[in-house]
Amino acid sequence: MSDTADTKQMAYIAAQAADARVNLEIETEGMTLNIGPQHPATHGTLRIVVRLDGEQVISAEPLMGYMHRGYEKLTEVRTYPQVTTLVNRIDWLGSFANEVPFILAAEQLMEVEAPPRAQWIRTALFEMSRIANVVLFLGDMGVQLGAVTPVFFAFRDREFILNQIEAVTGGRFHPNFDRIGGLKDDLPKGWIDETRGVLKRIRNFCDEIETLVVGNEIFQSRTRNIGVIPADIGLSYGLSGANIRSSGVDWDIRRDGGVGLVHNELDWKVWTHPDGDSFARFWVRLQEVRESCTMIEQILDGIPSGPVMAKVPRIIKVPAGEAYVETENPLGIMGYYVISKGDLTPFRVKIRSASFNNVSITPWLLKGVYVPDVISILASLYFILGDIDR
Amino acid sequence: MIQLSSPEETNEEEVEIPKRDDIREDLISKLKNDLGESLVATEVVAEVDVWVRVTKEAWLETAQVLLNRHNMKYFNFLSAIDWLPSPFGRDMDAQVDQPEPVTPEEMTWGTTGGETRFQLLARVHDLENHLGISLKVDLEDTDLSIESWSSIYPGADWHEREVSEMFGITFLNHPNPVKLYLPGDFEGYPMRKDFALLARRIKPWPGIVDVEDMPGEESEEDEVDA
Repeated sequence: MSDTADTKQMAYIAAQAADARVNLEIETEGMTLNIGPQHPATHGTLRIVVRLDGEQVISAEPLMGYMHRGYEKLTEVRTYPQVTTLVNRIDWLGSFANEVPFILAAEQLMEVEAPPRAQWIRTALFEMSRIANVVLFLGDMGVQLGAVTPVFFAFRDREFILNQIEAVTGGRFHPNFDRIGGLKDDLPKGWIDETRGVLKRIRNFCDEIETLVVGNEIFQSRTRNIGVIPADIGLSYGLSGANIRSSGVDWDIRRDGGVGLVHNELDWKVWTHPDGDSFARFWVRLQEVRESCTMIEQILDGIPSGPVMAKVPRIIKVPAGEAYVETENPLGIMGYYVISKGDLTPFRVKIRSASFNNVSITPWLLKGVYVPDVISILASLYFILGDIDR
Repeated sequence: MIQLSSPEETNEEEVEIPKRDDIREDLISKLKNDLGESLVATEVVAEVDVWVRVTKEAWLETAQVLLNRHNMKYFNFLSAIDWLPSPFGRDMDAQVDQPEPVTPEEMTWGTTGGETRFQLLARVHDLENHLGISLKVDLEDTDLSIESWSSIYPGADWHEREVSEMFGITFLNHPNPVKLYLPGDFEGYPMRKDFALLARRIKPWPGIVDVEDMPGEESEEDEVDA
């Protein structure tokens, strides 16, 4: 009898000791929380390993490569016109915008220029892909913070923009429409009037989001003063787009030295916000959608007539040389450093994608924040996994 | 509630901007002054861009000079170039991949020239003058290592990790020198030109039919009206 009691007691003591060891481990080394690869806040397959002390993040390390498709290597075995098919899939929500800097770089090397009409239509489609991309962010940010309604509005209204893009290009997500020397085709009949109606819807959507989300107290308390990025730090990490403009840096490639597109002939302004927090990043993007609507409206009014394709050889050989062209894409600056040796295929293409730099700040930014804020910060940085992994 | 950073004088007062090419030439002469012998080659393409090639020893110093004296606060990207001509027949006109390596071509370099197979390529940006500069540095095959920029531009951290795994270049004093995309035990350096793209070795690219002539068209037709 006493034997059994002894055994039970020994087992109890052993269990207690094991518990104590576990407690000790938790207290001294913290806990590791694995966010992703399949978390809705990550827009794809980003995995972040977070070391926690209680609710506070000690260190965060993004682990990538779940979606690396080797586009830089693939461009070396594809002809120049075929590369647009690949780069469409980098930022898949605003895919037309991905094609533009590459085509501009190739045009710079070939010393061809697209006719004015093509440049204006390019700019219109460029801004429409920004709307298609950012509208989804505006809805999605609510979902990350527990508000499900805005995302339905976003999907509803994005569809109209995608329809307009599809009407021109034939593709909803992967237009593959930009060509060296111009565009594949002209605008379809009646498109300009339809687009005006769609832009009205987008403006309404922005107003809805403003009342639904921006004015919401819970939203404000979860985003204000959360994830503050000082301008200097943001610049040294190479942040771009709305992420850097919301830290008070008044810099937009579309206005400051952009090539190939016609933004400088339009009347619009660059929005900035001094706070640098998650709220500022949301707010700046909201204004940018409105600004894009203004731009497209002006383009629809002022689009010049003429051909949409310059005279280029049927088989495109790009003269030897190097060119770097960047544009202000929906997610930030996207650039292509193209090296040509005069062949049918590029010799080397370095793809400078916006999200790669934007996310590289996370180990610094997430240090010391609380777990729920991790989600709010990641969502507000707004990255697309295809744009990180390429 | 919503505060705006003064948007008033964004577009109006843009008179008297010095020409960007003048700024570029000016920058080059200042860099020559700062770096002296370390500046190997420079090139300005009018109204397009500016390139600078420095020696390997001055790589770190170049970053410091650009950041502190020339206000290049914005780190854009860092990458590498393998100038070896591809040893595999990858011409799109070929019906099949050539199984044995074709006769090796001469190695040629691009803007600002070069002497070695591997070159590092980086780009930083001056926001006030809206001026970017591309930097290059030669890396000897025997010693593929160079000082890391991450102490000066923290954003270089990930870019250097990517270059390191893709090209096999070592960055000294890097805070976290592990692979970025590839699995930890991956062997080889995929972005090197002599690393075969396996999908292309196994079977010819299916898109090859696309470049066949359309019926009734001449094959050597070079120019066509739009």
